Amino acid sequence: MLDKVTKQKLVVIGNGMAGIRTVEALLERAPDLYDITVFGSEPYGNYNRILLSPVLAGEKTVDDIMLNTVDWYEDNNITLRKGETISMIDRRTCEVVTDAGDRVPYDRLLIATGSNPIMLPLPGKDLPGVIGFRDIYDVDRMIKASTDYRNAVVIGGGLLGLEAANGLMKRGMNVTVVHLLDTLMERQLDPVAGGLLRKSLEERGMVFKMPAQTQAILGEERVTGVRFGDGTELPADLVVMAVGIRPNFELAKKAGLYCERGVVVSDTMQTYDGRIYAVGECVQHRRQVYGLVAPLFEQAKVCANHLAMKGFATYDGSVTSTKLKVTGIDLFSAGDFAPGPDKEEIVLQDANRGVYKRIILKDKKIVGAVLYGDTIDGPWYFQHLRDGTDVSHMRERLVFGAANLGEGGVSGQNSVAAMSDETEICGCNGVCKGAIVKAISEKKLFTLDDVRAHTKASSSCGSCTGLVEQVLAFTLGGDYSAAPKVKPLCKCTDHSHDDVRRVIVEQQLKTIPDVMRFMEWKTLNGCHSCRPALNYYLLATWPGEYRDDQQSRFINERVHANIQKDGTYSVVPRMWGGVTTPSELRAIADVAEKFNIPTVKVTGGQRIDLLGVRKEDLPAVWADLNDAGMVSGHAYAKGLRTVKTCVGSEWCRFGTQDSTGLGVKLEKFMWGSWTPAKVKLGVSGCPRNCAEATCKDVGVVCVDSGYEIHFAGAAGLHIKGTEFLTKVETEDETLEVIVALTQLYREEGWYLERMYKWCDRVGLEQISKRVVDDVANRKALFSRFAHSQQFAQTDPWAERASRGVDRNEFAPLAELELA
Amino acid sequence: MTSWIEIGALDDIPRLGSRVVRTPGGNIAVFRTESDEVFALDDRCPHKGGPLSQGIVHNKRVTCPLHNFVIELASGQAVAPDEGCTHTHPAKVENGIVWLSVRQAAAVS
Repeated sequence: MLDKVTKQKLVVIGNGMAGIRTVEALLERAPDLYDITVFGSEPYGNYNRILLSPVLAGEKTVDDIMLNTVDWYEDNNITLRKGETISMIDRRTCEVVTDAGDRVPYDRLLIATGSNPIMLPLPGKDLPGVIGFRDIYDVDRMIKASTDYRNAVVIGGGLLGLEAANGLMKRGMNVTVVHLLDTLMERQLDPVAGGLLRKSLEERGMVFKMPAQTQAILGEERVTGVRFGDGTELPADLVVMAVGIRPNFELAKKAGLYCERGVVVSDTMQTYDGRIYAVGECVQHRRQVYGLVAPLFEQAKVCANHLAMKGFATYDGSVTSTKLKVTGIDLFSAGDFAPGPDKEEIVLQDANRGVYKRIILKDKKIVGAVLYGDTIDGPWYFQHLRDGTDVSHMRERLVFGAANLGEGGVSGQNSVAAMSDETEICGCNGVCKGAIVKAISEKKLFTLDDVRAHTKASSSCGSCTGLVEQVLAFTLGGDYSAAPKVKPLCKCTDHSHDDVRRVIVEQQLKTIPDVMRFMEWKTLNGCHSCRPALNYYLLATWPGEYRDDQQSRFINERVHANIQKDGTYSVVPRMWGGVTTPSELRAIADVAEKFNIPTVKVTGGQRIDLLGVRKEDLPAVWADLNDAGMVSGHAYAKGLRTVKTCVGSEWCRFGTQDSTGLGVKLEKFMWGSWTPAKVKLGVSGCPRNCAEATCKDVGVVCVDSGYEIHFAGAAGLHIKGTEFLTKVETEDETLEVIVALTQLYREEGWYLERMYKWCDRVGLEQISKRVVDDVANRKALFSRFAHSQQFAQTDPWAERASRGVDRNEFAPLAELELA
Repeated sequence: MTSWIEIGALDDIPRLGSRVVRTPGGNIAVFRTESDEVFALDDRCPHKGGPLSQGIVHNKRVTCPLHNFVIELASGQAVAPDEGCTHTHPAKVENGIVWLSVRQAAAVS
């Protein structure tokens, strides 16, 4: 550990969310690198500025919104100089100067001075009773005024103004909102949504004067009224100016740092002086100034990474979304919604239900969304907006939201705000709304990952992710940090799945340690998320060459059976195409009796499952099944699972083709292959579709003239019908197309990404082009799959039952009889 | 006083893997890290009793196969924000042989 003398000095100007979030991120990455001093003008620790509105409305207290108490600074050896203002940065001597004249040296300086409310230059603006809305001091003054006075005027009908007005109204004041334009929140809302918002605020007792220009603030000793451009006047004991904020960069400008509308920073959050960094509302990055909190989480991370000398990360700008923090009003807005010639709009308007949705598309992608009354899908639209997803295939149902596309969570709920605290959000882990809200407020959580770690909500199947994000937005007021667009593979690295796959090929990396070394993994040996992913990527990239790392496989794939809640296993023998024989059934019955297997169950994939097998019995169970001619059914694998079939033309009076035979053929060709996530096939002999082929990863529907090939269906977490890929005339062509499709998925899918998610991400058109249209490419894909199958098609059960593979795995190391 | 029992060869435990030692008080999972350190814990996750011996080992931690609780091998503590603790038992390697000292109270409980 470095002592204070040799440590570099980091000085932070600004004790707000941006500065402290950066310090927190820095401490995570390099706890001992700097001797840190923080200057803050306000006499508090760091608090959550987003939540000032609920404090004003009396829904939260100041203590509720504290993020870092004074103890936190002490515990982390940070010198906090609160109530002290920096008046100058001396770049020549690398010192900052306080208003008391104290000089403090720095090696690195972080400017996080935030922004100031804009005070209109009106006559009377300095009268007592005229205030901005920016910090705890302002809120205190407003609360005090609400007990002593009756009439308030809020200038500004934007987000901040409406929240201030709502809070003052809740405190019992008569509130008039004055707005220059005829639409409320015109930067976030279109006129229709603005009108709906105005109507519901009026119903609550808020009064509006708009469009109206304020001309003067009246009064002698204290404010008494406001005069407008049309000559009318309104009495007022309190005037809140909430017309906007202005980045606070005076200090930086005086120090000669290049500033435009804010302190100009690079992608590493550095100013033109490389020793000086800046984050938060005071910065201008790629011509953009942000007045919201969300972008600072990404900025803080990048800045901390650079300060910690870990290099690599860059900030690429943020797309922001907004939510109004007025209890009982659901409103969501994101992106760009100004009309334009190249934009298309989808609008749903239901006046009686008070619902309005407008989705703006450009080049098949969502570029903006305005939701009023029913905002449950806000985060879902926002995610597609950030990811730039091609939404053309779901266009006709898009406006009805995720639930209508089979991606929803709790059914029948269209607003998190309306849910009771007992409503279960995460069905996997039994987490209700109240528990999530409590964790977010008590543990000061800001990101989806935080919520997952602390509550387990959305950490299993993930289908409630949208809901959890909605609860985050609802609790924090929209300014939560949405998941970044390019997701790192796991917490051990900043690289994405695509990066890792590409680098493995480019650099010819052939072992997990090689990948981790080359890509500078942050952890020794990775974790339970990245190791199985890397193992799969290497296996799929270098068939026959890469040696499968058993210790990087999840237990099911290591012991070729499925672990159960009590630590026993289940065993599923393969039944090709779902067809079995009396002797196989007899052998299964004998095994079940011989090993006292408690449950025998038929599965959804037309197989028989033996549940409750003790681990040490597995090799013997397999030996008996092998003797009867059966092999592993891979019911545990991220690989080809089952091909479900109907009886087809061999028996069925409606059957058009031999669906059973085709299913068996497909399964015999493809069994044993490893894939990013499980793959299930179905083959139906006619459009009646008894094998339910159109909700499988790949499905074939036989018709009289040939074979329709479908893919990217799902009937689990999400319900999704397949997409039609192509129609062919022969069984051989069917096999070729399906194998090529699977190989493309093997080469491009992210680990644990099901085929339908891959298709959503890459696009149906892209896949179809390479598998159907480009015949040469299809044949190349087919032969790569066939090559890889030479090394994959060994029955793992037989290896272990009779050839002694992994013998140690199934026997105890020792048996002790303790005295 | 610690009484050591010989339980087998280090090479019989895979690196970044685990083997089970049966005792009348329940199974004990013996882990081997990449740098050949060994640790012994009751083979029960503090969360829902999952068999830790079947988990993926990374650095000096193991992830329970049932619900991904991550347990510190040295202390038996769940990694925050998860909570809970699994009993540990002293273990050591001498000349390629693994020795275990079963803490009776823990093993019997």
